[in-house]
Amino acid sequence: MALGLEARLGDSVLTTKLDEIINWGRQYSLWPMVFGTACCAIEFMSAAASQHDISRFGAEVVRFSPRQADLMLVCGTISYKQAPILKRIYEQMPHPRWVVAMGACASSGGIYDNYCTVQGIDTVIPVDVYISGCPPRPEAVLDALIAIQNKIQTESVLEDRHKDFKGILD
Amino acid sequence: MTDTVSEKLRALFPDIEPQKVLDATVIDVEPERLMVVMERLKTYPDLDFSLLLDITAVDYLTYPGQQGGRFRVVYTLRNWKRNWLLQVRTPVADPELGLPTVSGLWGAADWAEREVYDQYGIRFQGHPDLRRILNHWQFEGHPLRKDYDIYKGQVCYEPDRLEKEIRARLAAKGIDQSTMSDINTEMMFLNLGPSHPATHGAIRIFTALDGETIMANVNEIGYLHRGFEKTAENRTYNQIIPLTDRLNYCSALMNNIAYVKAVESWLGIEITDRAMFMRVILGEFFRVQDHLVCLAANLVDMGGLTNYWYLYNEKEASYDFISRLTGARLTSSFTRIGGMYRDFYEGWEADLERQLQAIEKGVNDSLKLVLQNRIVHDRTQGTCVLSPEKALSYGYTGPNLRSTGIAFDLRKDNPYYHYDSFDFDIPIGSRGDIYDRIMVRFEEIFESIKIIRQAVKRIPAGPVFVDDHRVALPPKEQVYHKIEGLANHFKLIFEGVKTPAGEWYDSYEAANGELGFHFVSDGSGTPYKLKVRPPCFYAMSGFHEMIEGEMIADAIINLGSINIIGGELDR
Ligand code: SF4
Repeated sequence: MALGLEARLGDSVLTTKLDEIINWGRQYSLWPMVFGTACCAIEFMSAAASQHDISRFGAEVVRFSPRQADLMLVCGTISYKQAPILKRIYEQMPHPRWVVAMGACASSGGIYDNYCTVQGIDTVIPVDVYISGCPPRPEAVLDALIAIQNKIQTESVLEDRHKDFKGILD
Repeated sequence: MTDTVSEKLRALFPDIEPQKVLDATVIDVEPERLMVVMERLKTYPDLDFSLLLDITAVDYLTYPGQQGGRFRVVYTLRNWKRNWLLQVRTPVADPELGLPTVSGLWGAADWAEREVYDQYGIRFQGHPDLRRILNHWQFEGHPLRKDYDIYKGQVCYEPDRLEKEIRARLAAKGIDQSTMSDINTEMMFLNLGPSHPATHGAIRIFTALDGETIMANVNEIGYLHRGFEKTAENRTYNQIIPLTDRLNYCSALMNNIAYVKAVESWLGIEITDRAMFMRVILGEFFRVQDHLVCLAANLVDMGGLTNYWYLYNEKEASYDFISRLTGARLTSSFTRIGGMYRDFYEGWEADLERQLQAIEKGVNDSLKLVLQNRIVHDRTQGTCVLSPEKALSYGYTGPNLRSTGIAFDLRKDNPYYHYDSFDFDIPIGSRGDIYDRIMVRFEEIFESIKIIRQAVKRIPAGPVFVDDHRVALPPKEQVYHKIEGLANHFKLIFEGVKTPAGEWYDSYEAANGELGFHFVSDGSGTPYKLKVRPPCFYAMSGFHEMIEGEMIADAIINLGSINIIGGELDR
């Protein structure tokens, strides 16, 4: 996610100020890409509908093209058959990108401990925030969004996140 | 009634002895005669088993005291006009040689046989395209065989290309590159999904296009295959209820009801009247929910976002009632074998009535936008027409079948839970186009509300659980103070509800159609085998027939109109 600044400016007062501005912007304009496969996606629909209204957090611009999104919400079970597709779509997202694993299935395989279910998507792609529940309530989705926002605050343009990640498909 | 079917079968096949198991008639047929028998069952007007509901297999490897061969294939058929249910069982001596295919008789057999091949490794001779369907193409072995370890996952590195399949489909339709060059165009291949907003879940639609017109289409499913059936073989009967929630997760409670109904009917348990009425009320309420989501999403596909708010907001509001009752919004797990988890709370009638009125308002608001809407009419009327014959051949049931004009509904044709005493109609379509499918669902919402209101008036007081020590947990005083009570409680929890050994099929009219369960029990508290008959799976298997010749944009709204739910489709 580095912008090529580190070579010129290094870790100086300029970059830290820049971090603050950039992070502030990123934080409140997350564009989610919903990778909805199963029941959890229905609860995401609720989070986006008027009662819970995800736009209060600046994340209502739901994109279905990974190239226009920076937050991937994996809502639902990921099977081994689905895993290469998940990985490909994740890779199509531009940097910087964050991933939320929504629900027990995405986080750990959930109640499906068997031959066809990936036991947690973090074996395939790096995950930033996990949401517990089967399915999680829409409030929990919003909570995860806030957690991502807080996380963004602490980041720096100088660091490449997850560059050492290695999953089962790598 | 079933006696007449037995008589008819005896007259035709004197050496076959029909048995009666619950609602079904069961016959055993030797593999050599399978084709003859199946053909007669389908084509003899006296028998007319036009609906192939499901095909599955049983692996008897570890079945206690089993003599004879390891595999048996079971075909479930229905004559919808006379409410005859028939199961044909055939032993398979060698899975590599397998059985002859029946896909020439019923379109539904195409995917059903592929699933049996995928899960059990039984081949079907003469099948046009016998390859895996739920598991990925790099998978080795057959997971539902008893010697396949449930935990043995297999990584898939690359999606299937589907190129061979689409070319085969083009060839089957008599289209090749030369016809294309005659008209100076080039064929284009377009892939939708499995991650695409229009597919509402993980389905892959692969099309060959001439301009925007679909010339051939093949579809791939299985992306949400979560091993329901294998997992169920490792759970006690009551532990499976939460798994059923996640089949059709838009109407979780209906799956709960369908599942426990199937187990109860085998146990011969008559649940209390109050529990029956609760199931009617909640079942219909969830039918409404399911239709709301389907219509909301379908209208969004057409560009009518306002409808989404009108319809989906009512679903959202209904969650208040549902979560107050069941403790969960989506995955209710509210039934138990022998009754309901608990009774309604105090004041539920008012909450429910308020909810029904809000739904009526939302639906009427949406109808105002739809009924006279030129765009909706032009896009949906006469597009993606499904003929009744095709619909039956592919095993369509529920609103999708009814939209073609066939008034088959288990609630009327094979009533349970006092459905015969309610006053309601079965809306049917006249052409089987997208418009009919949408309108049948709209109408069904009003019919369901009608049923709910009648049931709320009539629901009797009383317990919601049967008093039967085979299934009901003993009262807490007995568990704490009496050794019998404690032992009974312990056994029910740890070993599960015990069912007598045997095989049976039972079905229920769910929001999407006939939701059936085929069980094999070895007498223990865990099913030896449990197969779901998912209405979606068969609706999707005939999808290509509806969209070939139509425009690509119509395929999208057609997919929404048949309401495919991944959890049920792939299990
Ligand atoms: S966590 Fe639960 S609700 Fe979410 S996809 Fe998995 S089974 Fe469905």
